[in-house]
Amino acid sequence: MTVAFDEMTGSDGALRSSYTELKHWLGEIRPDVLDYRRREAELLFRRIGITFAVYGEADSTERLIPFDVIPRILSSAEWDTVRRGLEQRIKAINAYVRDVYGRREILRAGVVPEDLVFQNPVFRPEMNGQKVPHDIYVHIAGIDIVRVDADTFYVLEDNARTPSGVSYMLENREIMLRLFPELFSRHRVAPVENYPDELLATLKSVAPATASSDPTVVLLTPGVFNSAYYEHSFLADKLGVELVEGRDLLVKGEVVYMRTTEGLKRVDVIYRRIDDDFLDPLAFRPDSALGVPGIMSAYQAGQVTLANAVGTGIADDKAVYSYMPDIVKFYLGEEPILKNVPTWRCRQEEHLSYVLDNLEELVVKEVHGSGGYGMLIGPKADKATIAAFRSKLKSDPKNFIAQPTLALSTCPTCVDEGVAPRHVDLRPFVLTGRDRIRIVPGGLTRVALKKGSLVVNSSQGGGTKDTWVLDS
Amino acid sequence: MLSRTADNLYWLARYVERAEYLARILEATQRLTALPIAYGGSSNEWESAVATAGCTNAFFAHYGEANEENVTDFLAFSTANPSSIRNCFEVARTNARAVRTALTVEMWDAINGAWLELKRYGNGPTSREEFMRFLRWVQESSLRFDGSAYRTMLRNDAYWFSRLGLYSERADNTARILDVKYHVLLPENETVGGPLDYFQWSAILRSVSALTAYHWVYRESLKPWLIADLLMLNDQMPRSLASCYENLVRYLDNIANAYGRQGAAQRQARTIRTRLENSRIEDVFQHGLHEFIGGFIADNNRLGAAITDQYLV
Repeated sequence: MTVAFDEMTGSDGALRSSYTELKHWLGEIRPDVLDYRRREAELLFRRIGITFAVYGEADSTERLIPFDVIPRILSSAEWDTVRRGLEQRIKAINAYVRDVYGRREILRAGVVPEDLVFQNPVFRPEMNGQKVPHDIYVHIAGIDIVRVDADTFYVLEDNARTPSGVSYMLENREIMLRLFPELFSRHRVAPVENYPDELLATLKSVAPATASSDPTVVLLTPGVFNSAYYEHSFLADKLGVELVEGRDLLVKGEVVYMRTTEGLKRVDVIYRRIDDDFLDPLAFRPDSALGVPGIMSAYQAGQVTLANAVGTGIADDKAVYSYMPDIVKFYLGEEPILKNVPTWRCRQEEHLSYVLDNLEELVVKEVHGSGGYGMLIGPKADKATIAAFRSKLKSDPKNFIAQPTLALSTCPTCVDEGVAPRHVDLRPFVLTGRDRIRIVPGGLTRVALKKGSLVVNSSQGGGTKDTWVLDS
Repeated sequence: MLSRTADNLYWLARYVERAEYLARILEATQRLTALPIAYGGSSNEWESAVATAGCTNAFFAHYGEANEENVTDFLAFSTANPSSIRNCFEVARTNARAVRTALTVEMWDAINGAWLELKRYGNGPTSREEFMRFLRWVQESSLRFDGSAYRTMLRNDAYWFSRLGLYSERADNTARILDVKYHVLLPENETVGGPLDYFQWSAILRSVSALTAYHWVYRESLKPWLIADLLMLNDQMPRSLASCYENLVRYLDNIANAYGRQGAAQRQARTIRTRLENSRIEDVFQHGLHEFIGGFIADNNRLGAAITDQYLV
């Protein structure tokens, strides 16, 4: 494996200009002060109650995501590339979802194979020919980006369903501002605190035509036991909208209402943080107690906007991912600004045989997996694990894709031994409204705290960092 | 606001208030049982503490004997008792978490901080001294939560529903003490017992933090009928039934005015308040203190049900 690109010192050890001040500061600050700040940050997070639940762990229902106090820095030029790439990508994604549930030109043109869409469990036939307000499907996307050298950013995943993590982006910044005012004063860091305002503007802009001029927006959560519940309540609070559960809503005459102390109140836009499957027991999983019976009929009648739309999984599926460069070209006639990680589709025979021959070097992922579960990291895996994956691949090749093991960029990170480079990724949040696309500069940087580890997921011991985009 | 949010706020306040009340009862009982036998009489104070907490049946389902160890465990730390202090904080914090958006940062901080702190006490304190500190801490946590609500919440329906929870619970608590101790609260013309009763009276006042208040209001030594008067009919006394109902009527009216609609809850609260206003303590004794209190507890429960029907579901 090649040496990873370090965002502070590059590949050759020369200090990169956006990190000049930080490097200086790291040289000045006493290790015990840094450590004290680190513990202070943890205490703050604990008190604010920013916790998450890890599925499958019985004893600790609430855990803290480790926070690294050293910021990750992007120059304005770097960010500009990323931002333009994100805008391009989200435009293509929206055009694609609209097309898949509409005229299906991309399928007829043979760019994306039909069976990949129609046999995909995340494809929602209920959405065929369904008009959605203002033709926007993916209002909120969290597009995961990794970096391999000074100029190359890859998109790793397009999260087009219910991406989470934005509360950490916002809280990380708040905590940093409290702990390191001095470090901020040495930089000009673009703010992120306007994200909730941008989100609210986005949500209001996509209200159905039947809504009043001041539409009622709510945030629909599966409830306190969901791993992202903290984020749901945090966002509802910042947005100034009601945080509702399925049982707070009801559908009457194809209109959605919430139960309030003053009786029923009409709801126009639902920012739902609940998966398609659980949304409406009448339309999808009948055993779901989290959803709202009849909400799909209200949606289909155009009386309510769901953000994101139903069926957007068809855009962020890992098998569809490999076609994304073609999708961008097909709808926009442009070369993708952000590259895709080279991907082998195990559904194709020649790709499969390559993957089987090179398992030790590849990362193999389940097409529908998320959160870092169910994946093989070839170079880190032992023989038995590789053998197990080999038989899984052979029995169900369609369910897998493979990618080269990327040398993800590293950033200076506070660890037990002191400050050391650790691998990072970036999840910027892309908002699409009727009027325009909004992206606050930066996003959530996730960091693999274990030395050499490439897995940044919080459920697997990853942490987060504040992400600074420097003003030019 | 969402009915579920109002419901959570209402119960959040109730559980915090209940935790404080349990701490006061335990503190007063601890004091009473520490007296020499000659002053302590024959009654079992620990059993009476369980009764005052309103969980006699649940207690004897788990324990054979009401002694210090069993009762402090059951009322303070037991996970089997849904209304133990530990469970009160647990439920309060769960409710708070479900309505984070309706709480101020200070309120969340108070309840979440208390919940985290509670873990330090593990399965119970190791000594009486530590237990006393624990009881003090419970009361301080409640004060902090209530103070945060009072000082930081917007005066809108969220605040009013949380106050309704507080005063419904407080009225119930005060009434329960009176219900258990009615036999030591005697009318003016009856012969007063020995020193035993004196300490019973002061324990009652202590459990509603009214010992000093009593002296300021009546300026004389403890008289059982005056204690009954203070806890029931004196509207200056924050834990009296009269004061609780003055507040319940006020906050229900605030809600009704904001929503433009009066309902059954408002009418019931006014009826109960009027009865308290028009009662003199002599008449209460004449008709039977025990019956009066029993009727009040039932009325208070009915009001809770009316509030739920009207707003919380």
